[in-house]
Amino acid sequence: MKTLTVKAQENNLYQVLDFVDGELESAGCSAKSRLQINVAVEELFINIARYAYAPQTGDAAVSIDIQGEPPAAEITLSDSGMPFDPFSKEDPDISLSAEKRPVGGLGVLMVKKTMDEVHYEYSDGLNITTISKLI
Amino acid sequence: MLNITKTRDNSRLSVALEGRLDTATAPQLEESLSGELDNITQLTIDLKSLDYISSAGLRVLLSCQKKMMKQGEMIVCNPNEVITEIFEVTGFTDILTIK
Repeated sequence: MKTLTVKAQENNLYQVLDFVDGELESAGCSAKSRLQINVAVEELFINIARYAYAPQTGDAAVSIDIQGEPPAAEITLSDSGMPFDPFSKEDPDISLSAEKRPVGGLGVLMVKKTMDEVHYEYSDGLNITTISKLI
Repeated sequence: MLNITKTRDNSRLSVALEGRLDTATAPQLEESLSGELDNITQLTIDLKSLDYISSAGLRVLLSCQKKMMKQGEMIVCNPNEVITEIFEVTGFTDILTIK
């Protein structure tokens, strides 16, 4: 398992994505799964950067572990900000017309729909969000 | 990195996107289009060279769609396979005109 710890700030997004994507590429992950995992990590990291410590800032740790046959990537994001379960909100209604569709709320929906498993727990003062996907 | 190429022909505006439409670059597109859509009746957004889109990018597309529905039409063309799937799981295939 490899871990990167950065300040939970939006301008560290590419550092986080490069770290995760580099590991996926080394493991021979398909281009499609790489992109889907990158999008999922972006959505979760940006949520932490915007809300976990607001108005202050703090650290976010991103870990990636690739194991099994067929291989699966398990990525964990953790922060010590306010307790918040990103998967607790009801999914936006995607059957609404364009006029009625709210402009936000799609990020977490994409994470749920494109990952095989998502999990959140609050433990020892940490928000721990885990996503996994066969690659 | 996002490159935006705009071509205007009277009331038609074509916008070709190249690279990534994510949290870092979506504000660039929003800014590039703000004020440009007045008097436009057909907006075409070409995604042929767009590799990546996250919810920040979807938000900009939905805002444009909402605006264009009041004054004309918006067409999104040439999304790649992964972006097409993202449009599907978010219901965007039902609210955008995708060609």
